[in-house]
Amino acid sequence: MTISIKKFEQLTKIVPTLTYQRIGDESSIVVSHDKLILALNVLKLHIGYQYNMLTCISGVDFLGKDYRFSVVYDLLSLTYNSRLRVKVFVNEITPVPSSIEVFINANWWEREIWDLYGVYFDKHTDLRRILSDYGFEGHPMRKDFPLSGFVEFRFDESKKRVIGEPIELTQEFRSFTFEKPW
Amino acid sequence: MILKKKELTRELKNFTINFGPQHPAAHGVLRLILELDGEVVERADPHIGLLHRGTEKLIEHKTYIQALPYFDRLDYVSMMCQEHTYSLAVEKIGGIQIPRRAQVIRVIFAEITRLLNHLLAVGCHAMDVGAMTPFMWAFEEREKLIEFYERVSGSRMHAAYIRPGGVSADLPLGFLDDLHIFINQFNVRIDEIEELLTGNRIWKERLVDIGVVSAKKAVDWGFSGVMLRGSGLPWDLRKTQPYEVYSEIDFSVPVGSSGDCFDRYLIRIEEMRQSLNILEQAIQLIEEGPIKSTNYKLNPPSRSEMKVSMEAVIHHFKLYSEGIVLPFGETYTATEAPKGEFGVYLISNNTERPYRCKIKAPGFGHLQALNDMSKGHMIADVVTIIGTQDIVFGEVDR
Repeated sequence: MTISIKKFEQLTKIVPTLTYQRIGDESSIVVSHDKLILALNVLKLHIGYQYNMLTCISGVDFLGKDYRFSVVYDLLSLTYNSRLRVKVFVNEITPVPSSIEVFINANWWEREIWDLYGVYFDKHTDLRRILSDYGFEGHPMRKDFPLSGFVEFRFDESKKRVIGEPIELTQEFRSFTFEKPW
Repeated sequence: MILKKKELTRELKNFTINFGPQHPAAHGVLRLILELDGEVVERADPHIGLLHRGTEKLIEHKTYIQALPYFDRLDYVSMMCQEHTYSLAVEKIGGIQIPRRAQVIRVIFAEITRLLNHLLAVGCHAMDVGAMTPFMWAFEEREKLIEFYERVSGSRMHAAYIRPGGVSADLPLGFLDDLHIFINQFNVRIDEIEELLTGNRIWKERLVDIGVVSAKKAVDWGFSGVMLRGSGLPWDLRKTQPYEVYSEIDFSVPVGSSGDCFDRYLIRIEEMRQSLNILEQAIQLIEEGPIKSTNYKLNPPSRSEMKVSMEAVIHHFKLYSEGIVLPFGETYTATEAPKGEFGVYLISNNTERPYRCKIKAPGFGHLQALNDMSKGHMIADVVTIIGTQDIVFGEVDR
């Protein structure tokens, strides 16, 4: 469920979009990271759009591209019953302005993306890890972080506690993607 | 007498306690750092991630069918609703149409799952607050419902029944009759549980005016489901963005007025009664037909078909080794899971594996607001608020 095509075209003119896309009944726009807060504010406060609820913020890693991370904001308008996707593309060193001033529930979603992808959010009040372990190093959801990780844990009898050691796999992780099945 | 400024100021530090990860009322693994002023909570800082299993990363390395059981294990009290959302997302990208019988079966199981979830939510909430009996009675009803899961899929909890393309197997004989018998006796069970709680003075004192959320705050915090309806907003995805056959079913959506825990409890009880109503209508709507789409490029053929036909064997082999290949696309599909709006943001890149599968769990958004909701309340009320938000750590941590 999303806004009509005509309204969508108008939206792309009012909000500073770089590109926009409409697949079936889902619309998405791409904004640049320095215009993000302006775009979110317009979408939230403009009387014709009123995207007053931030449903979720996702991170995506397109390894190999220049701007490899994409931060995707899914917005929902309760008054108009429509959804919209706002995407921002950044690389490892570009910070994204935090949308915590616009949508207060962006807090944990941004913390999750910082923890799992390493995308820094500027002016976030409390950016710390949320899902990974307390002393974890690395950003696990990145495509170049291996599925098995780097550290494995075991209980050491002599030290009487759980210790972490570099991982030792008896067999390399096999990923079955073949051109032909034979 | 002149008082020096440093004698007039006192340094106060709040008393911090750890409402630890192992706690019978913490609903799973929640490490809650509470900063208290006496018994009153000044700040609540939830530390989550203790049940983080790396589901999203694992899904990226599995085919679409192999990724399905992960969704059962996210919110492990309402299993089929997550499978349902994922299947809808995959079908949306793939442009797969599913037959009507499969749609009605999915709605039947979505409502059975809603009953399962609300029975656990109300029962465990009552147990956390102190009432032991509704928990026992609710779990007895859950046993009867779990028997339906087992009859249709073989597994009591994690069914892997609702798959992209339809459902995995047809309803066994006598299933709908037994479901009808269950529905007839279930109203009385809800009445029994309500009799213990709704009119109870102690229950009301523990729940009324606790965790009050105004409508504006509910929208600001991104609430969905019962949390949103408790504050007066009549938003239900089954009515506003209907999927499957919900547009043909006539049911009402309970909406609260004051946004406190008591309203949300009443809404859950009423939703259980409405689910019975939906189940009755869905049983009438069901008709004969296939339960999987017959396009064997997307759905595996049945085993009996596979044993006779060569094409079916080839399709079976290709589908279970390589899996379906979805074209380039992305979708955010959300359904009204019992806890709120459960969404799946799926990006596909023309291979047999999802490129990115982001899971939007309603509990994640609700738990964020715990700090805001429990300011000024006492420790015992924090337990009530966690129970009313219906938090299950499988979906919060993924």
